[in-house]
Amino acid sequence: MPLDTGFIGRIYPATQPYVVSRAKIAEFADAVGDDSPVYRDVEAAAALGYPDVIAPPTFATIVTLEAAYAVVHDPALGLDWTRVVHGDQRYVYDRPLRAGDEITVVVTVESIRSMAGNDMIVLRGDVATVQGEHALTSYTLLVARSAADSV
Amino acid sequence: MSLRPVFTDLEVGQELPAHTFVVTRETLLRYAGASGDFNVIHWSQRHALEVGLPDVIAHGNLTMALGARYLTQWAGDPGALSEYGVRFTKPVVVPDTDVGTTVEITGKILELDGDSRVRIDLTVTSEGQKVLAQARAWVHLS
Repeated sequence: MPLDTGFIGRIYPATQPYVVSRAKIAEFADAVGDDSPVYRDVEAAAALGYPDVIAPPTFATIVTLEAAYAVVHDPALGLDWTRVVHGDQRYVYDRPLRAGDEITVVVTVESIRSMAGNDMIVLRGDVATVQGEHALTSYTLLVARSAADSV
Repeated sequence: MSLRPVFTDLEVGQELPAHTFVVTRETLLRYAGASGDFNVIHWSQRHALEVGLPDVIAHGNLTMALGARYLTQWAGDPGALSEYGVRFTKPVVVPDTDVGTTVEITGKILELDGDSRVRIDLTVTSEGQKVLAQARAWVHLS
């Protein structure tokens, strides 16, 4: 059954604040194998004009993915999350996240459409500090494969 | 600090150096912990086979992160990335061996705008298969 297009434009409540720490940034940089000092050394970050160590570009996935899951599991939307795959992902940056940022995500349902029995939903996640400074926007396309395709 | 590219030296069509990234099961484990994405298909072969995958696969966001690493190493400043997007097309299959698999990335300059911004398209493959499509970035060189 196609998803209710009435959900387009729906805005979900901001997520609980998440505090970006130096330790988590270093852990994430290690996990993606990036040894750049700007992720670990305050002086190296300062040399590029940053007030503290900055986070790798896809660090925001820690908060945006969880925020997207909350929407995917919204019973009112009725998406069968067992059939959901991540179709594409895009980030538009105002500035890098950095240690000390306290951030929240506000998810908006950007679009919903059905194609060949597959439901496609684009979730926009606006990541901002609790002081209201916008850092980046995440666009996530989730595809719920048609029940006929499932194994 | 690596040498930063100079905008006026760049040309449309220019290729950026290729880079090979090794991905093992340990990489996936670390990424799961760091990102909080504990989907079973990224660590349990049994579950991966059950849903019709050939083996455990890498997180799409990990492959995307390797692309970001490629771009920011070239730019010399992670904050230079102003936009970055990918489409996940084929999974990166990661066997349970010491060597794991590799992801190969190359980049090409597609556009230069009047605001010192460079559009770079990435070609991202694993085992000869394109694993990301429409992998595009805008990098702002100050």
